Amino acid sequence: MENNKKLVINPKWCKGCGICAEFCPKDVLKIVHNKVQIVNDEACIKCGLCELRCPDYAIYIEKEGE
Amino acid sequence: MPSKLIEKTMRVNRLPHIWCPGCGHGILMRDVAQAIENCGLDPDKVVIVSGIGCSSRAAGYMNYNTLHTTHGRAIAFATGVKLANPELNVIVITGDGDATAIGGNHLIHACRRNIDLTVIVFNNNIYGMTGGQYSPTTPHGEKGTTAPYGNIDYNFDIPQLAQAAGATFTGRCTAYHAQQAIKLIEAGIKHHGFSLIEGLSVCPTYYGRKNKKGDSVKMLSWQKDNAVDVKAAAKMTPEQLEGKILIGELSRVDNKEEYTDMYMKIIEKVGGDK
Amino acid sequence: MAKRFQLLQGNEACVEGAIAAGMRFYAGYPITPSTEIAERSALRLPQVGGKFIQMEDEIGGIAAALGASVAGLKAMTATSGPGFSLKQENIGYAAIAEIPIVIVDVQREGPSTGLPTSPSQGDLMQSKWGTHGDHPVIVISPSSVQECYTECVRAFNMAERFRVPVIFLMDEIIGHLREGCELIPPEELTISNRRIDRNFNGTLAYAVQEGNYVPEYAPFGEGDKFNVTGLFHDLDGFPTNDNNITDSQERRLLDKIRMRRDRIEKWEEFDCDDCETMIICFGGTARAVHGAIEDAKEMDFVKLGMFRPITVWPFPEEALLKIIKDNKHLRQIIVAEHNDGQMLLEVQRVVEGRVPVDFLGKIDGTTITPSEVIEKVKEVY
Repeated sequence: MENNKKLVINPKWCKGCGICAEFCPKDVLKIVHNKVQIVNDEACIKCGLCELRCPDYAIYIEKEGE
Repeated sequence: MPSKLIEKTMRVNRLPHIWCPGCGHGILMRDVAQAIENCGLDPDKVVIVSGIGCSSRAAGYMNYNTLHTTHGRAIAFATGVKLANPELNVIVITGDGDATAIGGNHLIHACRRNIDLTVIVFNNNIYGMTGGQYSPTTPHGEKGTTAPYGNIDYNFDIPQLAQAAGATFTGRCTAYHAQQAIKLIEAGIKHHGFSLIEGLSVCPTYYGRKNKKGDSVKMLSWQKDNAVDVKAAAKMTPEQLEGKILIGELSRVDNKEEYTDMYMKIIEKVGGDK
Repeated sequence: MAKRFQLLQGNEACVEGAIAAGMRFYAGYPITPSTEIAERSALRLPQVGGKFIQMEDEIGGIAAALGASVAGLKAMTATSGPGFSLKQENIGYAAIAEIPIVIVDVQREGPSTGLPTSPSQGDLMQSKWGTHGDHPVIVISPSSVQECYTECVRAFNMAERFRVPVIFLMDEIIGHLREGCELIPPEELTISNRRIDRNFNGTLAYAVQEGNYVPEYAPFGEGDKFNVTGLFHDLDGFPTNDNNITDSQERRLLDKIRMRRDRIEKWEEFDCDDCETMIICFGGTARAVHGAIEDAKEMDFVKLGMFRPITVWPFPEEALLKIIKDNKHLRQIIVAEHNDGQMLLEVQRVVEGRVPVDFLGKIDGTTITPSEVIEKVKEVY
């Protein structure tokens, strides 16, 4: 896995639509109490599909050192 | 704290946006921002023009010169901006109702002129802002609050309409296929002439609920299963393509002169450039 | 170098005045009796580095002109009644977004298609109230070819200074009249340009600077980025539902005109000091009234005078009241206009019965003649 990348959630902007969780290829995400949560960080391959499909910009991949 | 892209391209203090949970517009707006970034445009020379409706609220969130106009008139305003100052990169964000119903006349004539605008239609198949009335892209037979017995109108195919009217670049993308959408919008911006891109959005709140399409996830899954890239489609049989929607670059003409270029030549010819 | 004195139509003089004022963008749609304005703009604008575009419809015409104005060019569109109706929504947009623009309406007779080639002044009230909601507007009405030139310059100056839509309310009489016109070069004219602040800090595009009463945001591409919207907006240009902000913004829009009437109002007084009967008229009607005044002098008739608002909105009411107060001979006012009594309503409101007010109107597509004015004076004297 790419260790210099981190999955970040901004819960304030999350509207709980569930798109990120549904289409995550590794089941890393889950909607809990209407907000997204990282439930399996180990499995995350930092593909960024969640970021691309989040309508609310509430989840993204951050490159460390940037 | 938003991502680098959002921080750079959006007015972060205006976010979160007003769109419903699961609305495809947020995805498409990000695609537009990413495409502008990928093109390396100077943000100070980018103008986003929008009309009225859910789609058109995008302008207010995007950190460029933004012009939120009247219903249907975005392309006409944009024509004035572009002709007045051709060095500006003018991008129109509009909706299915805004662009093809009340603004349909401006759309076809801008296509015909081949003026260098990039028009992105966020198509959610419904009038969302007013609560779910059928639009020119609501499929035949589907429901809206003003089509309680089913829509008897036949719907537009927006890229086909634009191509027939003379647009020199047309394409379609979906909210689901974000990577392809970014590439397509990028190509549309780079195209020197009129580009029309239909961005298939999802409206779970009105269109989805009224027509039992399920939530946003189900509607995006439908896009995933039914959108076929135009290149792949070339190798498929008509039977295989039944009920599918084509995405990607649908048409392109590169040898038609652009409108503002032609006008600048007139100015030069009659001596107005001195 | 163009000849300084030329024989021109009112419509042509309007374009020459606009170009002298700095118009560099025209967008419109052909409509009788204003079409010559589009034609001359198409010919002349590229000669001065400006742009002309014939749009697909009337709404597109004003929309493109507004877009060009936001991009920094002085812009104009022209039309007649049916097109004026179609443009109304975007006149309101110009008012709330504070985008300078000049809209020419060469009036023709009747509602709907009416009588396309006949004179009228039936759009007077529409020019003030045409678009929905309370909004500021300045309306200027010329009554000679020369005024089509000079007053069009003033229309642009007002639009730029106050960042409002200015209606240049012509009529078919003046639009198609040919007269000698002096094309006064720009360097001999007073030309106003919108004040621009290129670095307003991005967040306060609609803030009003000390010593000004309108925002000073720069054209797109030439200063800080900002948002333009037809929604009620805060000083930062972004939509708001806040009632206090709505109230203060709406009042500022209205007050920027209301509080500065002295700089906007303009009128002509002709023999108003000692006349017994004063004719109030505007635009093309003044031609017949002038004729009647001359005829009356030769006839040993009632002493006539004329009061002619040139800025018709806001109506120069203080000037009218002053005449009524100062002229002890004044017995009668007649409002003469080519409509069913539109300026009449305004005059009655202002005069409040101090002097009897009568009316001479025509709505058949023909013009009022000097002899008809004389007859009316006889009838009511």
